[in-house]
Amino acid sequence: MKKDIILCGVGGQGILSIATIIGEAATEAGINLKQAEVHGMSQRGGDVQSNLRLSTENIYSDLIPQGGTDVVISMEPMEALRYLPYLAKTGTIVTSSKPFINIPNYPDEAALMAELDSMPSVVKLDIESVAKDAGNVRGANMVLLGMAAPFIEILTVEQLRKAISVIFARKGEAIVEANLRAFDAGVEASKK
Amino acid sequence: MKQLLLGDEAIALGAINAGLSGVYAYPGTPSTEITEFIQNNKVAQERGIHSRWCTNEKTAMEAALGMSYAGKRALVCMKHVGMNVCADAFVNSAITGVQGGLIVLAADDPSMHSSQNEQDSRFYGKFALIPVFEPSNQQEAYDMVASAFEMSEALKVPVLLRIVTRLAHSRAAVEVGELHAENALNPSTDQWVLLPGIARKKYVDLLGKQEAFQKASETSAYNKKETAANQKLGIIACGIAYNYVKENVGNNANILKVSQYPLPIEAIKQLAKENEEILVVEDGQPVVEEQVAGILGANYPIKGRLTGDLPRTGELTPDCVAKALGLPAGPAFNNAKNLAGRPPQLCQGCGHRDVYAALNEVLAEYPDYRVFGDIGCYTLGALPPFKALSSCVDMGASITMAKGAADAGLFPAVAIIGDSTFTHSGMTGLLDAVNDKSNITVVISDNLTTGMTGGQDSAGTNKFEAICLGLGVEPEHVRVVVPLPKNMPEITRILKEEIEYNGVSVIIPRRECIQTAARHARERQKAKEANK
Repeated sequence: MKKDIILCGVGGQGILSIATIIGEAATEAGINLKQAEVHGMSQRGGDVQSNLRLSTENIYSDLIPQGGTDVVISMEPMEALRYLPYLAKTGTIVTSSKPFINIPNYPDEAALMAELDSMPSVVKLDIESVAKDAGNVRGANMVLLGMAAPFIEILTVEQLRKAISVIFARKGEAIVEANLRAFDAGVEASKK
Repeated sequence: MKQLLLGDEAIALGAINAGLSGVYAYPGTPSTEITEFIQNNKVAQERGIHSRWCTNEKTAMEAALGMSYAGKRALVCMKHVGMNVCADAFVNSAITGVQGGLIVLAADDPSMHSSQNEQDSRFYGKFALIPVFEPSNQQEAYDMVASAFEMSEALKVPVLLRIVTRLAHSRAAVEVGELHAENALNPSTDQWVLLPGIARKKYVDLLGKQEAFQKASETSAYNKKETAANQKLGIIACGIAYNYVKENVGNNANILKVSQYPLPIEAIKQLAKENEEILVVEDGQPVVEEQVAGILGANYPIKGRLTGDLPRTGELTPDCVAKALGLPAGPAFNNAKNLAGRPPQLCQGCGHRDVYAALNEVLAEYPDYRVFGDIGCYTLGALPPFKALSSCVDMGASITMAKGAADAGLFPAVAIIGDSTFTHSGMTGLLDAVNDKSNITVVISDNLTTGMTGGQDSAGTNKFEAICLGLGVEPEHVRVVVPLPKNMPEITRILKEEIEYNGVSVIIPRRECIQTAARHARERQKAKEANK
């Protein structure tokens, strides 16, 4: 079994924390993993992405081929669209529904949402509001991970939960709990 | 034990475990994380392994050579263009030879993710006549550090370790070995004095070692051949390219994996004999493709980047390699319609923004002005909304290009350079300008850090006024301002005064990078809580 995931968003939105948690869960489960990250110049408010490959078999390429991505997990709706050529025909997009507008030529929002909705499998949600309701305003990325969790399949929701506890453990019990609440809210939202 | 490591981190840990005594480097994407890992590693801290940042790649290379001279294992790390900065020391280190193991790590950036060119460091290895290792994955990156140190000490030669962005910044599980002791202090008793008479002899020595390098490559476990039935195409897959080939063909291809140079000539000839044509797959420039043409002759069909079977520019992808292998593309969605580019930009609240706002306001009054830029976050001032720069070429070129343009009569000629770039390569150019009394205005935009690469220490912090005065800039023309919107009237007035001054003036807008300022605030908060 294999799962190829693209994590994307805008520099500074916290996609690398999502990658770290999936990485921890995969390592703990003994699943092979390759995770190509973007560092450097593009982290300054530009588009960022990480290719995350999980497999029970040997993984060669650090990059996912076009048409090969099982799940696109995006902190921003237009950024989700950027990777359409990489999405498998049977793949799923899990994305924040709230645009992050830091460029003058951001596309028409209605047209953008219509294009997103035209895709075969899309889950989108205002993750910032859900995070706020869960009492963790800084936990939008954990909400997103929770939403995506049922689609990652090669890892269980419980394995991801445990990885969150491990990764945030050094920041204290309160932070762990807050992130788990955000994650659980995402899992629930994704069932609707 | 397995650990999840970036390619950069695998190299760093490999070096520590191989008995490293010092890493010498200037930050540069995608090599920065190697030195940072060593700085933060507990064993490295306990052992007192040298890991402080150097002022530039040349000082780093020379210090590492000095450590090697003293008998200990040293690692120099840089991005590919850093090789140009240290080239003098690098090429000559092959001629002096080494005492303790010496590895030069060059991280190339095909596709120019964070760079101004995509030069291939394997050319430098060939140029300097030394062995080159090129790992295909994170495990090899870890293992090769020990192999390279051993080879360096056995053959008394520096070894070049070449990686690319995609390996440097990709994470995978790595089987980590044991920790070895450092070498004891054991200075060379050989003369490393490259006077012509000695250098000629040493150069002949280096040429004499080539046969050993060749033999090591032919028998290297990193260069291996895979054979499949009924295939007529021989694939030479270099470094990380091996992964893209395997992703596409699995075990159904004749592959010669090349991860150690000089090229294994006999293995290549054998591959050619067993097949009807050769495809060379390499990330970067067609270094191997050109050499293979020389090895096999003009009549043997060779495909690669030069023939257009693979793109001439940019990093390899599983898709372009599939195409070169003649494999059909799978079903995929088209590009989205509602999509705009999102280029990187200066952070909101960044002091460089205020500097550009002031510069643009003042310079608008001069029809023929030019601003010569430099390498760092502030290069983003070239993009909208500021569109402030006319050039950005290499570390330090802002000051010297402004000087040359001023020599030609251009006015106003303004240079903008960051604090870390100034100490890296700007100081000597400023001395030239002072000695020539050039009519230039230099802005050293000081954010107290090396910002672009993530906020590493900057070598000249707290020393800039003293450096400028020491180089001979007149005291009344070294001006310090604080780049904040509320100070705009003062900044624009000073800029105008100094542009009008016929000579060298230096303006230092100084305010901490907002990223490091936020980090320092968090650290202070943490320390406060710990003391409660």
